[in-house]
Amino acid sequence: MPAVKVEMLPIQSQYDLVDVRRAVRTRAAHIGMSILDQTKIVTAASELARNALVYGGGGTVMLEELEDGMRICLRLTFEDHGPGIPDVDKALTDGFTTGGGLGLGLGGSKRLVHDFEISSVVSEGTRVRVTRWK
Amino acid sequence: MERIPILKMGEFLLVSIQVDVHDRLALTLQDDLTNRIARTSARGVLIDISTLDMVDSFIGRMLGNISAMSRVLDAETVVVGMQPSVAITLVELGLTLPGVRTALNVDKGMAMLRASLVDTIEERPDAGRES
Amino acid sequence: MKQSGISRFPELLEKHEQKLVLDWTQELLKPGRLRSDLIGQLEVREQCAELLRLMTAATRSGNVTGIDAAEWQPVRDMLASVSRTRAKQGCTPVEVATFVFSLKRPLFALLQEELLNEPSVFAAEVWSVTELLDKLGLFTTVAYQKSREDVILRQQEDMLELSTPVVKLWDGILALPIIGTLDSARTQVVMENLLKAIVDTGAEVAIIDITGVPTVDTLVSQHLLKTVAAARLMGADCIISGIRPQIAQTIVHLGVDLAEVVTKSTLADAFTLALKKMGASVNRTAR
Repeated sequence: MPAVKVEMLPIQSQYDLVDVRRAVRTRAAHIGMSILDQTKIVTAASELARNALVYGGGGTVMLEELEDGMRICLRLTFEDHGPGIPDVDKALTDGFTTGGGLGLGLGGSKRLVHDFEISSVVSEGTRVRVTRWK
Repeated sequence: MERIPILKMGEFLLVSIQVDVHDRLALTLQDDLTNRIARTSARGVLIDISTLDMVDSFIGRMLGNISAMSRVLDAETVVVGMQPSVAITLVELGLTLPGVRTALNVDKGMAMLRASLVDTIEERPDAGRES
Repeated sequence: MKQSGISRFPELLEKHEQKLVLDWTQELLKPGRLRSDLIGQLEVREQCAELLRLMTAATRSGNVTGIDAAEWQPVRDMLASVSRTRAKQGCTPVEVATFVFSLKRPLFALLQEELLNEPSVFAAEVWSVTELLDKLGLFTTVAYQKSREDVILRQQEDMLELSTPVVKLWDGILALPIIGTLDSARTQVVMENLLKAIVDTGAEVAIIDITGVPTVDTLVSQHLLKTVAAARLMGADCIISGIRPQIAQTIVHLGVDLAEVVTKSTLADAFTLALKKMGASVNRTAR
């Protein structure tokens, strides 16, 4: 699947979260997603970016617009080099909490997107890739 | 410093969230509101989120905090104007904002706040009779 | 396929564009090629001319067979448009592909004429043209398929919309009779319709009637709870009505917590409750 457009953004501060949300909204609107679908992916991006910042100690997000034949989708890859998540399966069920958050980031975000991939290694970092097509 | 303005309307405070709220702004708002409620003995807070096109768990938590804190200070909070796509996304995310009262728009929200005021006043006459 | 030097195809296309349009149209008007009852001669001629004009422009870059490249976009767009139109008009995918493949004979005839004395060039060009038209023909078939899929998708969406109507029972009171199973796709539509209706009518009470929902398991309960939660965020309270005794048993058995939600067994009871919530009452007057 060739990437039509690629953009890489830093997640190092709370202000970066605003930029990430804005960039995802712009791209989602650009590929013609409905308002509801745009809101879903932007919200998922906000949750995942916040995870990378707060739990992961900072990271990056890569935004890609991909064309799969006639279908166009938006793929976001969040990466941090933080402590990693020891039990990913547990984290994906609602109610997972470390650090005082509501703990709904991962499980909830998964429901907002079409594809969800996560890989995490303790003391190395976490990578979350989500995709939503139009 | 950038802050979200808080308007006073009689016994109520009115907040309109129109920008993409970053963390510091949210915390500042919580502080400002708490102080303002205490200072003015406000009986209610109306938070208008009709221009917010996204509410994530952070903002959801902020709204929940404001509701809880104001209740401790004897003020009711009503959040109004949530956009349908935001509501559906929040629910999908797993957030139902249980402690937060909601109304469709500012008019209905104000009516709700006024009604809660009347309820409390009507309770008082009876209080004396219980002995 | 290795070509010695630049392809001659582009210049030949440009030089003989008019003649090709004529010959190609002639091919297409042969009996059995086109549905003349569906497509007029003039329309055919115009489409041939348009396509050849675009092909000439695309090949000018020197790229004769790579139709995925940017310079071939106008050609792809035009072919996709023709495929969609033909599909709508009722043509088969074979007929649509024939539109492209019929260009082979006139093109080969042209090549033969021009390259009579250069047999190896002739062979190379024939191969290029074959490759090009095969790719374009397949492209139209894929576009045809996609347009059919789009139609089916739209019809499915329409069916979902129609099967979840929202009815205004009274000032501020909405009713949603749900007929059939409540899966996650349907729930999305229900939520969207309900919330839109709440905004449009300023409703404060929504009655979700599940008389027509055959089975209520954990998943369906979750979907219902989601819908109730979404409505509440918009300032509307929900009442779930139509809870049959068996459903009540299932819900308790499954341990689903409907404690936060008001439930009534009939729509009528729910309506009475809704009226009370709105501060209204119904009085019977002497007739």
